[in-house]
Amino acid sequence: MTIRGAAFIAGIYEHPGRDLPNHTIWDIHTEVAIGALADAGLSMSDVDALFCDGTAGFGVLTLCDHLGLRPTFVDNTETGGSSYLAHVGHAAAAIAAGKCSVALVTLAGKPRTGSPPVKWAAGPETGFETVWGTASAAHSYALAAQRHMYEFGTTSEQLAEIKVAASIHAQYNPNAFLQKVVTVDEVVNSPMVSDPLHRLDCCVVTDGGGALVIVSPEIAKKLGKTNAKILGHGEAVKHTSNGRIDLTYTGAVWSGPRAFAEAGVTVKDVGYASIYDSFTITVLQTIEDLGFCEKGKGGEFVLDGGLVAPFGKLPFNTDGGGLCNNHPSNRGGITKVIEAVRQLRGEAHPAVQVPNVQIALAHGTGGSLGSRHGSVTLLLGQEDA
Amino acid sequence: MSSLPNPAPMVTSSSQAFWNATAEGRFTLQRCTSCDVVVWFPRKHCPDCWTETLSVFDASGRGTVYSFTIIRKVANDYKAATPFVVAYVELSEGPRVMTNIVDCDPESVTVGMPVEMVFHDTGEGNALYRFRPVGN
Ligand SMILES: [Zn+2]
Repeated sequence: MTIRGAAFIAGIYEHPGRDLPNHTIWDIHTEVAIGALADAGLSMSDVDALFCDGTAGFGVLTLCDHLGLRPTFVDNTETGGSSYLAHVGHAAAAIAAGKCSVALVTLAGKPRTGSPPVKWAAGPETGFETVWGTASAAHSYALAAQRHMYEFGTTSEQLAEIKVAASIHAQYNPNAFLQKVVTVDEVVNSPMVSDPLHRLDCCVVTDGGGALVIVSPEIAKKLGKTNAKILGHGEAVKHTSNGRIDLTYTGAVWSGPRAFAEAGVTVKDVGYASIYDSFTITVLQTIEDLGFCEKGKGGEFVLDGGLVAPFGKLPFNTDGGGLCNNHPSNRGGITKVIEAVRQLRGEAHPAVQVPNVQIALAHGTGGSLGSRHGSVTLLLGQEDA
Repeated sequence: MSSLPNPAPMVTSSSQAFWNATAEGRFTLQRCTSCDVVVWFPRKHCPDCWTETLSVFDASGRGTVYSFTIIRKVANDYKAATPFVVAYVELSEGPRVMTNIVDCDPESVTVGMPVEMVFHDTGEGNALYRFRPVGN
C-alpha cells in the first residue's frame, strides 16, 4: 500500500503577521486553523484529526483543549522545522487507513515578540555538545558549510546566489519580512556570523504560523476546487552516526528517493520546489541530495539564476522562503508546503508563478545539519497527476 | 580574544566514568567487544551492533580538524571570548568529536590541520577536552 492519491491538501493558510506582540501562540494556532479551514470550504466541526509539533504546550493535548476539538486521530511528530511535512505524510497514511478524513496541521510561534525559546529536555549527547560555546543554529550549520567548501570548492558567492534568488521572489510578496532585492556582494559583505556563514546566509526570525487541511479523496471531490494531490512522502533522521558524522550531505539522500519512488516520478518531472532554507547551505546540500544535480555541484547549479522563477532550472521558494519571507517559530516547514500548493493552484504571485506546474516538491530539514536532523520530502501534483 | 570559559558539562550515570577520567588528563573511548567499533559518545551499548559489552581504553589525543567555524558573537558565557573556534576533530581512533581549537589565532585554523588534546579544568571534578595545533 502507498499513500499515492490517498489524500489531498484542500486548505492552506499562512498568517500574514511577522510581528505579533498581542497574540499568544495559541491565538495564532486558532487563526491559522480557521484560515486554512475557510480556504478549504470546511469548518472546525469537520476536523477529525489534529497534527502539531511539540511546542504548543503539552502538544496535541493542549491544542485539542484550546481549539475545542475531539479528534479520532492525533500526531505530535517532532522533527523540528520538518515536522509539518511529516504531518502531511502521516495524515495521508491515516486517511488511507480510514482513521480520519479531515486532518488539520497547525504551526505557530513568536520568536520575535515573546514566547520563550523552547527548552528541550537534555539528551545523552548534551554534555558533549553544549559546553563549546555554540548558541544558535547558525554555528552548527556553519560546520556543514565549511566542510562542503573544503570537499567541493563551494564558495560564499555561490551560497549568496541562493539568498539573491529568494530576495528576487520576496519583492513580490507584500507580507515578506525582507522585500529588498539583494546582490551577491551585499550577502558576502554582510557581517560574518559564524564562518563561513554571513548574516544574509541566515533565514529571517519571524512571529507567525500556518496551517494545512488534508482530506480524503471523497471530501476533496465534494469541495469542487483545485486541490493538491499527495503523491509521495519520504522521511529520514540523519544523526551523528556513532561519531562518524558526515557534514557534506543531509537526510534528503534517503527521504528523497522514498518520496520519488512512492510518487512514481523523477526529478525531471518536478516543475517547482520548496526547499527548506534555514540557511543558504541547507538549500545547496538539499538540491544535491535530492538529485537535482550531482553531489558537490550545487554551487554551479545555483549560478545564473538557476533557482529564480519562473524560468530558472529549478524555480524555488517563490514566496521568498525562510531566507526572506517568513520562518515562523524558527520553523519553515509549513510555509514550504503552502507555497508548493499555491504553485499547483496557480495562486503564486504572477511574477513568480511557474507556468503549468504538474508536480511540485516540498522538502523540510529540521534540527541541525551539524548534528542531527529530520528530513522530509513530499511530492504533490495536480488531480490527474 | 580572552581565554575560553570552562563550563562544567552535564554528567549522567552513563558518562560519569568518562568525565572522571578527564580530571586525570585522560580521554577514554569505548570499544565494542563484539564488532570492534570505537564508540562515541559514551553509552552502555554499541550503536552499531547493540552489544552491551564495551571495553574502555585511553585515546591518543591526536587528530585532525574535520570542520570548524569561528563564532564572532554570542550572548552566552563565551561572550568575552569571541572570536573563538568550534570544531569537529576527527580523532586518530575514528570518531569525530565536537570541541574548541585553542592556543592559536582563530583565523589560522584550517580543515585537515593536525591537532592534539589539552585539558581545561572546570573546577567541578572534570576537565574539558580541547585541541591545539600540533607543535604549538
Ligand atoms: Zn558493536
